[in-house]
Formats: sequence, C-alpha cells, structure tokens
Amino acid sequence: MSEITQEQVAHLANLARIALTPDEIESLTKELGSIVDNVAKVSEVATADVPATSHPIPLQNVYRDDVPGNTLTTEQALAGAPDHDGSRFRVTAILGEEQ
Amino acid sequence: MAKAKLMDYDKALELFEPVLGFEVHVELSTKTKMFSSAPNYFGGEPNTNITPTCLGLPGSLPVVNGQAVRYSISLGLALGCQIAPSSRFARKNYFYPDLAKNYQISQFDEPIAFGGSVDVELPDGRTFTVPIERAHMEEDAGKLTHVGGSTGRIQGAEYSLVDYNRAGVPLVEIVTDIIYGAEKDAPELAKAYVATIRDIVVALGISDAKMERGNLRCDANISLRPRTAPGEPPAKLGTRTETKNVNSLRSVERAIRYEIQRQAQILADGGTITQETRHWHEDTGTTSAGRPKSDADDYRYFPEPDLLPVVPSPELIEELRAALPEPPAARRRRLKQEWGFTDLEFQDVQNAGLLVEVSETVAAGASPQAARKWWSGEISRIANSRSAEASSLVSPADVAALVGLIDSGALNDRLARQVLEGVIDGEGTPQEVVDARGLAVVSDDGPLIAAIDEALAAQPDVLAKIKDGKVQAAGAVIGAVMKAMKGQADAARVRELVLERAAAE
Repeated sequence: MSEITQEQVAHLANLARIALTPDEIESLTKELGSIVDNVAKVSEVATADVPATSHPIPLQNVYRDDVPGNTLTTEQALAGAPDHDGSRFRVTAILGEEQ
Repeated sequence: MAKAKLMDYDKALELFEPVLGFEVHVELSTKTKMFSSAPNYFGGEPNTNITPTCLGLPGSLPVVNGQAVRYSISLGLALGCQIAPSSRFARKNYFYPDLAKNYQISQFDEPIAFGGSVDVELPDGRTFTVPIERAHMEEDAGKLTHVGGSTGRIQGAEYSLVDYNRAGVPLVEIVTDIIYGAEKDAPELAKAYVATIRDIVVALGISDAKMERGNLRCDANISLRPRTAPGEPPAKLGTRTETKNVNSLRSVERAIRYEIQRQAQILADGGTITQETRHWHEDTGTTSAGRPKSDADDYRYFPEPDLLPVVPSPELIEELRAALPEPPAARRRRLKQEWGFTDLEFQDVQNAGLLVEVSETVAAGASPQAARKWWSGEISRIANSRSAEASSLVSPADVAALVGLIDSGALNDRLARQVLEGVIDGEGTPQEVVDARGLAVVSDDGPLIAAIDEALAAQPDVLAKIKDGKVQAAGAVIGAVMKAMKGQADAARVRELVLERAAAE
C-alpha cells in the first residue's frame, strides 16, 4: 500500500482550492493510494532501454512563426467573465501575492 | 508598521558573510507571445492583445513561438551556458488571477540552458565571475490592479482588476548559482550583475530591457552566515529572503544593502530569519514581509502535456553561437579606450543607452567627443521633451554630417541646433536643411562690418570702454550683430572685428 496520508490529501485540496469533507478526504486518500500503487506497477516493468516520455507521439520542435494573428475583442474576452469593470476582469479581493 | 532595526553595514560585514543569488526575468521582444499569436504588446487599452490561449479558454492550445526559442538559445549561449539537447515545458500550478489558466507554463527539470557564468565588472575595476545555474523559458503573467483600501496595495483591497495583455509574453528567467565571496561589495555586485544582463540582452537585440517598464526584473536572494575562525569549516548557510519588486539598478543595490543590515540585526539579537519573499519599497528604501516562500512541491510541477520537447539541432546552436555579439564587458573596454572618454562621460552615454548611436556616428566620421556631445545633449533633450527615444529621432549618419558642417565652419552650434530640429522634423539631411532654410554662417566680413557699424552707431560709447580695458563691453555689440544677422554669424569672428576696430580708433 502506498504512503498517501490524509494530511497530504488535505494539503493538496487546500492548494487546489477544493473544499473537502473529512469523509471525502478519507475516501480520496484510499483511492489516491491505490492509483499510486497501480502506477508503481508500470515502474516495475519499465526497463532502462525505454526512456521516460511526457508525450505519446514522437514529435518535437513544433513551432509557430512569430507573426501576429487575430485577437479577441475586449467584449469577446470579457463575455465569459463573471464580472468586469470597464475593459478589465474584476475578481474578488485576493489575499496573498503575485507568484 | 514598526521600522526594522538595522545594524551598521560595516559591523554587519564584520560578523557575517553575505551569500547571494539572483533571479532575473527578461521579457523577450518578439512580435508575438510565447504560446499564442497575440501581439507582444502591453500598456495600451486593457485586454486587447489577447487570444483564447492567453485566457486559457476551453479548446485553446499553446504553440511555441520559434523566435522565442532562438532568442532563448542565444541568451543561454551569451551566458556561457550549455544548451540542452532536449528540454521541455512544465506546468507550475498555483491559484492566482494573474494567469487565467491556474498554472504558468514554465520549465522545471529540463531548462533550455544551464551551467554558465557571467563576468561582471565592479566599480573598482575588479572582475567578478557570477555562476549561472540555468536559464529557462516561461510566460509572463497578467497585470493586477488592487482597488479599495487606503494604500492601493493588496492589504485591504476590496477587489482587483485584471488586464491579460501581458499574460503569455515570453520570458527567460536567469537563475544564478549561490554566489559566495562578494563580501562588502555585495550591493555593488548585485547592481553590476543586473546591468551586465541588461547589456547582454540589449546587445543581442532580444529585449527592450527597460527596468522601469518591467522588461527586466530582479528578485534578489540573500542570506547571512556567521564568520568562523580561520582554519575552521565555514558555518552552515543562513535562511534566505527573496526581495521582489526591485525595478531599477539603484534599487537592486539599495535592497541588498538594506537586507544585509536588517538580517544582521535580527541574528545579532538572537532572532531567526523567516524564509519569505519581501517587497522592496522604492519610496522608503525598505523591504516588508510578503508571503512565506512555498516549497517547490506545492507548485505540483508536471510536464506540460500540450507541448512537445524542444530539441535544437547542433547546426542551429552553432549558427546562433556564430552570430553572438562581442561580450558587453569587452565591448565597453574597447570603446572607452578607442574614444578616450572619461569614466563619467562613458557612463553617461552607456546609462542613456546611446553606445550604439555614438558608435555609429563615430563610424560615419564624427569625432567621439562631438558624437557624445550631440547625442547626450541636444538630441536627448529633444527626445525627452517629445517622450521619444533619441535613437528614433535622427540617424547617426545625419548627426555625423551635422558635426561635419560645424567642423568646416559652415554652421555654429546655434545654427546646428536649428538644423538638427529641421532634420528631426523630416526636412531632409543637414545639408538639405541648411540650403532650404538658408542657415549657413555668414563668413564674408562685408555684411558683418555693416552690422557692426550699425550696432556701434546705436552704442557709441562701446569703443571707448574697450580702449579703457573693459573688453567685456564688446559683448553688447556682438549680441546686437548676432541678432541683426539672425544668428548666422560666427560670433568669434564678430568679436575679432570689434576688437580690431577699437584698436584702430
């Protein structure tokens, strides 16, 4: 069994801004643990001659030319926003600071 | 907020060794953003230069800007780094509305460049080698404005407004290794390091590099460790703080000095340093506590699944290496010597960002001193008054031509300033402006003598005064003549003629 703890799940939930009940934390701890265990099985069969990959398709260096394209109008950009003030998005007061 | 107690700087250096580290963010001057074709331009009307990708809208996908990759490789090479044969992007997850996606695309375990060094020149002429750990590509965040509260700062704000024009602008973050041995020069080293990075990116032509506009930003890490007796092993590294919001070369220097004094006092009083970000306040010259520094784990980095690895070919790397400009330190030394400028004269030109202009004006035939005088003087003055860049007003070739007209005696300084204005206003080359406006200096003595006669008739006592030894009385006549000639006379020649006349009386 993996070493996922309830404290880790609570911490992750906090980082992800997801409110979890104690019951949810308990069940998620178990579920995440079994997911980690299953992934660990893949590690067992991975061999040194197969490099780790972050992408299933063997493609690389896919670039865009540095040429400006179409942009959204400010109205389009703000259309899906819960709130705005003039041409800017409006969000609730933020505690904490820019990263 | 209570004012922090500060230890005397020299005392702090006696007790502790400062240990430094810098993270410099450079905004690249590509035409478009890092991962979308939105124009790389901000500062205008909010939320106009954005695409669905900038907003992280469902269904949008990032695509890497090839030019940004080339710029990043060039910068890595200029920093003496190795270029990774393969590098990839990663998601840095955090919840803050400066990016709409809830993550920043950055690089984590596979940066594009690593393991370099930069030679920095200290004010006393010493060269200090700053070790570079890595340089990686990422995207800038949007701009937040906090509304409400008394200070306009985050604390007490009622809500915040977001402009995403800057979101997705290509950035390279340059991270140094731990820097030991700066000792009492730590503040000067910090300033010189950031100035050198600025010179490098300007020489490469990959960034506007204006600190006041945030094109170049420095986060300064600093910790202190107690000194140990000779022969003993060094003490363990102290806890560091990371000072942000340092947006001028002068502030970088001041912020480091302040943190050394603040931390030294806390440690000497038996306190401990909190690992945190600190905000630099330009107005008060102090730092204040920000958030506790997150662990890298809390960002839950993982490979960006929407993007493919960056695998630059050795041919591309060599092509970019061959195109690298002369290293800034070498270039500065060479130009200063060639031009024979004093330290102050050279710094003036360099700080105004006019090295290239002066250099090209000299190449076009002007003397270095004349080139410096016009670029740092009249052209900069006009640029300031018009809120324009000096380099955008007039070409080095025109400035050299103007200097040539002065050297030949065709123009005096006053007329040359009028000609310069004509050139700037698009009336043509200096010679064309001279011809069109009829501005040449009158060198024929005939009209001068007529004007002098007229001036003397109006001020009959001047000649007597000059004969009495009051040579300065000639000034009134010279002024009247210059006025009558509409400035198109050689004042030195007029003076000669007036004095000759007095001597002949």
